[in-house]
Amino acid sequence: MNQLSMSHSGVRRVRYGVVFAGLIAALVLLVVWNINTGSVHISVGNIARIIFLRQGELSEVNIVWKLRLPRIIAAAVLGGGLALSGFLMQTFFGNPIAGPFVLGISSGSKLFVAITMIVALQYIPFISSWMMVVAAFVGALIAMGFVLLAARSIRQMSMLLVAGIMISYICSAITEFLINFAKDSDIVNLHNWSQGSFSGTKWSDVYVFTAIILVCLVAVFLMSKPINAYQMGEAYAQSMGVNVKRFRVLLILMSSLIAGCVTAFAGPISFVGIAVPHLIKMLLKTAKPILVIPASFLGGAVFCLFCDYIARMAFENELSISTVTALLGAPVVIAMLIRRHGSKA
Amino acid sequence: MNEYYFRTEDLSVGYHGNTLIRDIEIRVKAGDILTLIGPNGSGKSTILKSITKHLAAIRGDSFIADASVKGMSYKELSRKLAVVLTERIKGELLTCWDVVATGRYPYTNTLGLLSQEDRDKVWAALEKVHAAELANRDFTAISDGQRQRILLARAICQEPEIIVLDEPTSFLDIRHKLELLSILRTMAKEKGITVIMSLHEIDFAQKIADKIMCVSGETIRHFGTPDEIFRPEIINDLYGIADGAYNITFGSVEMPRPKGEPKTFVISGCGSGVGTFRRLQKEGVPFYAGILYENDVDCQVARSLAAEVVTERPFVPISDTAYDRAMELMKMCETVICTGVPLGETNRRMAELIQEARSLGLLRDGEGGTDGK
Repeated sequence: MNQLSMSHSGVRRVRYGVVFAGLIAALVLLVVWNINTGSVHISVGNIARIIFLRQGELSEVNIVWKLRLPRIIAAAVLGGGLALSGFLMQTFFGNPIAGPFVLGISSGSKLFVAITMIVALQYIPFISSWMMVVAAFVGALIAMGFVLLAARSIRQMSMLLVAGIMISYICSAITEFLINFAKDSDIVNLHNWSQGSFSGTKWSDVYVFTAIILVCLVAVFLMSKPINAYQMGEAYAQSMGVNVKRFRVLLILMSSLIAGCVTAFAGPISFVGIAVPHLIKMLLKTAKPILVIPASFLGGAVFCLFCDYIARMAFENELSISTVTALLGAPVVIAMLIRRHGSKA
Repeated sequence: MNEYYFRTEDLSVGYHGNTLIRDIEIRVKAGDILTLIGPNGSGKSTILKSITKHLAAIRGDSFIADASVKGMSYKELSRKLAVVLTERIKGELLTCWDVVATGRYPYTNTLGLLSQEDRDKVWAALEKVHAAELANRDFTAISDGQRQRILLARAICQEPEIIVLDEPTSFLDIRHKLELLSILRTMAKEKGITVIMSLHEIDFAQKIADKIMCVSGETIRHFGTPDEIFRPEIINDLYGIADGAYNITFGSVEMPRPKGEPKTFVISGCGSGVGTFRRLQKEGVPFYAGILYENDVDCQVARSLAAEVVTERPFVPISDTAYDRAMELMKMCETVICTGVPLGETNRRMAELIQEARSLGLLRDGEGGTDGK
């Protein structure tokens, strides 16, 4: 019997190894590919020199260092963050369809960032990245508060999602309304941002969101043990020694912080939070958080780098990132729904 | 140390501050099995949830080896107490092995990684419930019986001193019920693990438990050994069932007796009448039965189903009183069914009774109207 189990756990380990190696390879490949492509062609040799030696034509150095690199880091780190935040919300609600976008958390952040920018810019000339993050976090928490209120009175999961989508619509409508009335030239960008985009990322932003997201990643990874227990259901988690009340608060705070941070810098991005953790679980054939957390982060990075590549390169005009993520992510979600429903019937 | 391993003091339980049951005083020794019985919705689960701290006690407290459960952290409690709940394990993509391994949770490091010792204990727990061959199966793809065994293995794996189970045998077929309960029994007696559980099958409760608690109403009216609890008046009152419907001795249940004026008399003995009694009940035919010795199986069933049973004390010749009463009832009937009675020294008069029935023209043909040997 133990012999058999050994071979089984051996197969499992090989699978995990292959998935992680594949994700890392895809990440490296996509980073290189993304640096290498754009409206201006720069040869690979030049790019290597620009990055590692900081030598080359000034215009090319600028393109690589000021445009492409920050954007790539944004796509990778924020994409990973989205997947992570989605995974946390799915854990919290015990629902594979939960995520920052469908529950309206991203839209809540969006609204608060928009308000902050419009109001603050009347008094001060410049908004720091931190202010954006704080506004987005507060917005995420308020939207989450509404979702939780709805969850208290609506026991049905599908109705909870409908409530989330409604919250999302309300927030988006108010945001659009505000943007329309804001004439300030500084807010022109706001419209682009509110559609979701990795473009225009500044290095000062990169430092801020990378610090926040990576700290969150480590924190969430350290939470894999209670998350594992919580996946079994609240009552069992408690019987295993988890302080469920405290843990739930922590989950909400972490997922809102990550979702808010992503929204502050890239706007609302759809479907990454649902599709990626699901794909990762299918690939790993396990839902163990200790594996799914790092793999989802990598997967989110890979997914967003790929989507951003398409957003940039598919047509002459750049697409909004959500257009691409929805096109690729939504079918995954539909397939998942059909599969789940099929297996239950 | 208190004589009792687990006890509750002045415990009141309920939801949202509303007391459902008060003054619960449980006393269980280490290695004993306490079973909660009572009708649906009486609050068995509520009591269990309060013991396991899933529900805050409204008043009072529970004590595990004199340590207050209220004062314990969830972590401390998880090393002493394991549960098997009625709610389904959520989780996805879990093998049975994975589910059992979650029992090691209170003992693993910060990241929850299993040591070799933990793995060995998971296997040992699986062996204990005879489920090692299920290890690699998907937890959602196994039968109810297998699932309960895996959940029990999970609880065992947690190395608790006390296991609380909420209706562990619901949905299981008879074989799996027996299997699960005997595993529990062995575990309690060999390892000294205290078991507290609720059961719907009171016949099993009677056979497996050391202590029984009857849950119904606002206070606990009965708490004691199975011998003290399993009395007709207590059980009938607890479940609100008619006298005789539940046979205490055998733990068997009979349907309600047919109503109306009996026109049928059944002569039987030594178990030959049970089938006929039940058939008459199904057809809704009220009947008399006799003359049955009080230690006869037929007598046990007839007492539940017949309008009146003429009985005699065991091992004595049939008395005039019994014989006359039987004759009296028989004469009021239109049919007499004889299912066969072995005749011996003491019940010789049964032959007379059958003869009387025949001469009255009441004895139905083809009903095995034999005089026995």
